[in-house]
Amino acid sequence: MFNFSKELDLEAQRRRAAFYFLAPMIIALFCVAAWPLLRTIYFSFTDTSLTNLYGGEWIGFDNYLQRRELSSGRVIWRGTLVDPAWWNAVWNTVRFSVISVFFETVFGLGIALVLNAEFRGRGWVRAAILIPWAIPTIVSAKMWAWMLNDQFGIINDILVRIGILERGIAWTASIDTAMTAVLIVDIWKTTPFMALLCLAGLQMIPRDIYEAAKIDGVHPLKVFWKITLPLVRPALMVAVIFRMLDALRIFDLIYVLTPNSKATKTMSVISRENLIDFDKFAYGSAQSTLLFAIIAIFVSLYIWLGKVNLSGEGNQ
Amino acid sequence: MTLTPWEWTKLIGFYALVVIIVVISIFPFYYAILTSFKSGTAIFEINYFPVDFSVQNYITVMTGRNFIRSVINSVFISGVTVLLALFLAVTASYALSRVRFRGRSLLLITILGVSMFPQIAVLAGLFELIRFLGIYNTPWAMVLSYTIFTLPFTVWVLTTFMRDLPIEIEEAAIIDGATPWNIITKVFMPLLWPALVTTGLLAFIGAWNEFLFALTFTISETQRTVPVAIALLSGASEQEIPWGPIMAASVIVTVPLVILVLIFQRKIVAGLTAGGVKG
Repeated sequence: MFNFSKELDLEAQRRRAAFYFLAPMIIALFCVAAWPLLRTIYFSFTDTSLTNLYGGEWIGFDNYLQRRELSSGRVIWRGTLVDPAWWNAVWNTVRFSVISVFFETVFGLGIALVLNAEFRGRGWVRAAILIPWAIPTIVSAKMWAWMLNDQFGIINDILVRIGILERGIAWTASIDTAMTAVLIVDIWKTTPFMALLCLAGLQMIPRDIYEAAKIDGVHPLKVFWKITLPLVRPALMVAVIFRMLDALRIFDLIYVLTPNSKATKTMSVISRENLIDFDKFAYGSAQSTLLFAIIAIFVSLYIWLGKVNLSGEGNQ
Repeated sequence: MTLTPWEWTKLIGFYALVVIIVVISIFPFYYAILTSFKSGTAIFEINYFPVDFSVQNYITVMTGRNFIRSVINSVFISGVTVLLALFLAVTASYALSRVRFRGRSLLLITILGVSMFPQIAVLAGLFELIRFLGIYNTPWAMVLSYTIFTLPFTVWVLTTFMRDLPIEIEEAAIIDGATPWNIITKVFMPLLWPALVTTGLLAFIGAWNEFLFALTFTISETQRTVPVAIALLSGASEQEIPWGPIMAASVIVTVPLVILVLIFQRKIVAGLTAGGVKG
């Protein structure tokens, strides 16, 4: 149809158009993502403060780790890498992420299995589980803060009525239960997302596999472990990494539900506190740089070890 | 067909599970609505079912300081952010899905990487940029910063969507001598509407719910978005939390979202899974 040179022309024209089509998006992303990230990393090596954004001077790694020798010969280490508050936040973040994503995966898969069965009213159930997802995080934090209220909260009332608790407890204020409260709200809010992704994975499994297993009389549990789980695994791996990344950067729920609780302060919360509230702009930048590094390492390891195909390009 | 006792147990167990899932999903929202219609001291009595109906809390919120203003701010910011993201994303995803060029996979992975950015990592740099541009404490600060999560998301979903459109329609247009720009506007746009509505809605919800940037880049009460306004809603005194008005405000901003989500249920599920799992 085309002669060879004309086809080449056309390809070249398309490539040139593609470049112009992509340029605005790439410039936009550079301005709002790459440049600010580079600036944050740069700030972390300076002594910039909120009131003096442009007067910061290069101080090397001092915000991370600084060795000082006193005149008495005693050596003190300073910086975020020896800051117990930072390591407490790291530990809180990791604990929160692992526990919440674990429960969300288990419950999400369970709900997906229920929704994958055929029963009357299935559409309604699917609509109902979308509601927690649709509610803004701040609103759900406030709703649950009210339900978990120590004196007038309905959760305490239910638990006292059925005899699990003797007296209501201050869920969000008490240092022992603050993390549990945050976990409950987060799991409630994000399990629907997990369930929907799992359901999409489940629906891609051909039905005849199950029929064959049924004819052969394979036990349902064995079907789950040997057929369902391996086949849904790729979708599950992607869902888990999305949730994990979300959990590692959690900020709003904790900021609203358990403000200033040492038991729940995460890396994002403590970084923002230093950046904006405490006027330790450079120190906060160092902490957000560390958070970025931790997440980048985690993602690379996960994709490498789990052989997750994120782009979906390979099997096209 | 009669059921054996074991089959009955299984059936009842299954439906019990369904009921538990539904109750846990909707109870907190139901309870927020119930609380929002209580007046005065009735709020401190615990009821499981509606006992009184007073719109006092709603009046307090609507006539209160700046709540309506916050809603307008949020609508404006989310709307402009979404339009901007869709505009940039349509042409970009055409190039990403339809034209073969070197580094395409790398670019796609980078875009996905940006959407996974921890927002706190760019906060300091964005703060400087926003101060530099002189848009601190204006809606434009949020429009600019929200692009970091709306744009990668819309590009990603639209790329997956366009990749699945048949190649033939485009070939016919090429033979007719259409330029790439014409192909996008005349051939793809009509087919893209459903996908644009879905991604636009999801991006809108994301922008509507955002908290960290809105909290950091505004200082005066009149510039707050809805999530910030609700989070910082305070009573007459420091100790007294106005639960009634907070619940009323929560219901006001959540009901439209819930209705939208229920209307576009199927499309949203499709959009979410395209963003998460390869479609």
